[in-house]
Amino acid sequence: MKYVDEFRDREKAATLVKKIQGLVSEIAITKDRPIAIMEVCGGHTHSIFRYGIEGMLPKEIELVHGPGCPVCVLPMGRIDDCVAVAERPEVICTTFGDAMRVPGSRKSLLQAKADGADVRMVYSPMDSLALARKNPDREVVFFGIGFETTMPSTALTILQAEAEGITNFSVFCNHITIVPTIKAILDSPDLQLDGFLGPGHVSMVIGTKPYEFVSRYYRRPMVVAGFEPLDVLQSIWMVLKQIKDGRAEIENQYARIVPDDGNDRALEAVAKVYELREFFEWRGLGSIDHSGVRIRDDYAVYDAEQKFAMPNIKIADPKSCQCGEVLKGVIKPWQCKVFGTACTPETPLGALMVSSEGACAAYYQYGGIKKQAVAS
Amino acid sequence: MCLGIPGRIVKIDDVEKKLATVDVSGVKRQVNVACVVSDAHPVESCIGDWVLIHVGFAMSRINEAEAAETLKILHELGEAQAEMEAMRLSGAI
Ligand code: SF4
Repeated sequence: MKYVDEFRDREKAATLVKKIQGLVSEIAITKDRPIAIMEVCGGHTHSIFRYGIEGMLPKEIELVHGPGCPVCVLPMGRIDDCVAVAERPEVICTTFGDAMRVPGSRKSLLQAKADGADVRMVYSPMDSLALARKNPDREVVFFGIGFETTMPSTALTILQAEAEGITNFSVFCNHITIVPTIKAILDSPDLQLDGFLGPGHVSMVIGTKPYEFVSRYYRRPMVVAGFEPLDVLQSIWMVLKQIKDGRAEIENQYARIVPDDGNDRALEAVAKVYELREFFEWRGLGSIDHSGVRIRDDYAVYDAEQKFAMPNIKIADPKSCQCGEVLKGVIKPWQCKVFGTACTPETPLGALMVSSEGACAAYYQYGGIKKQAVAS
Repeated sequence: MCLGIPGRIVKIDDVEKKLATVDVSGVKRQVNVACVVSDAHPVESCIGDWVLIHVGFAMSRINEAEAAETLKILHELGEAQAEMEAMRLSGAI
């Protein structure tokens, strides 16, 4: 338990690990396969690897790293569309740092920038709007990504652009929504999951009620979890406790940030600007019904897809990539044929290698830590 | 992007647009506070509030102790440095 020592509160961590072990020994007797718990959110994946949490858990627990990293699931076709728009001379294309490195079929946005396109990294969609204000003769496009955590930010930015009458600003909307995605995972035939760690900051916006179907229809426990190591450990314990008691409920470990009803103001802005798409394409997972949003017709002038008549091309993932199987937890990252050879964080083939919230990049960076922790 | 970072509101910049300046471990940056205000807690009363900031938007009010813990963890994760660097870079636009 070497890494427990690094915790601020090592006694609490050690106690939690002990309690987890106790529960597992009571549950495992009736089971012939590991207890599989999926953390849906990439932020949790990051914490789990950074702190070597997997290495502290009894071997009967398997953590499955879910699809909750919005950078990692961006499909190639959407990158290609964005590159094509970025290459137009009148366009300033803006986005978050990680999104710039996601490979498209021709190139990433970063490569497009090296080839002369005006691509700029911003911290906030508001910075993108500020650029539009400053450059009235250019078209500023914001490549908007993220789950419900960042959806309100682009919605509010569009509302601000409208209030100011700015028309040279638009959003290429690639926002995705978590609930249909969890449903698709639960419906997937090759998947065996016993419970979920629910996403903390998505839930800060949508609340905990939208997950009720997970317990009601699929009879799986879910605990909305915070991101600190103690949060993650406590949430795993809460999931196990439910399994042991034969309960399936939605519990909120992160109540200090997540109100059960979510954030009204944020939800209001989202509902005003966005509507559900019939389907959205995910890298590795294929098309998932109602899993993305688009900009409503009332705000069409801020919709880059309409402004630039984007083709919305579909491009199959490269054959050597096994991102889909990793995302669904069918294989572990190191079992992918190109892991660490053709695909590394410097030269990512698949998007799971791009962001530190992606399972492959996390294993690549912290894999050694995990093995050490197991050994000690 | 998804983890967010805590900051303290130190100045109200624009009541109507709901813009305020936050201090994140010494880095100052303008953020939108529309999601943390209400009739009971209007923009003007936000000074001194600790908030969790995602991509330039305050998304949740948090207490000071919580903010300090979270900042510490984010520094350990290397997440705070990346976030503050992005804030600094774009502040220079
Ligand atoms: S190693 Fe690369 S190609 Fe293979 S699953 Fe991971 S990101 Fe995808």
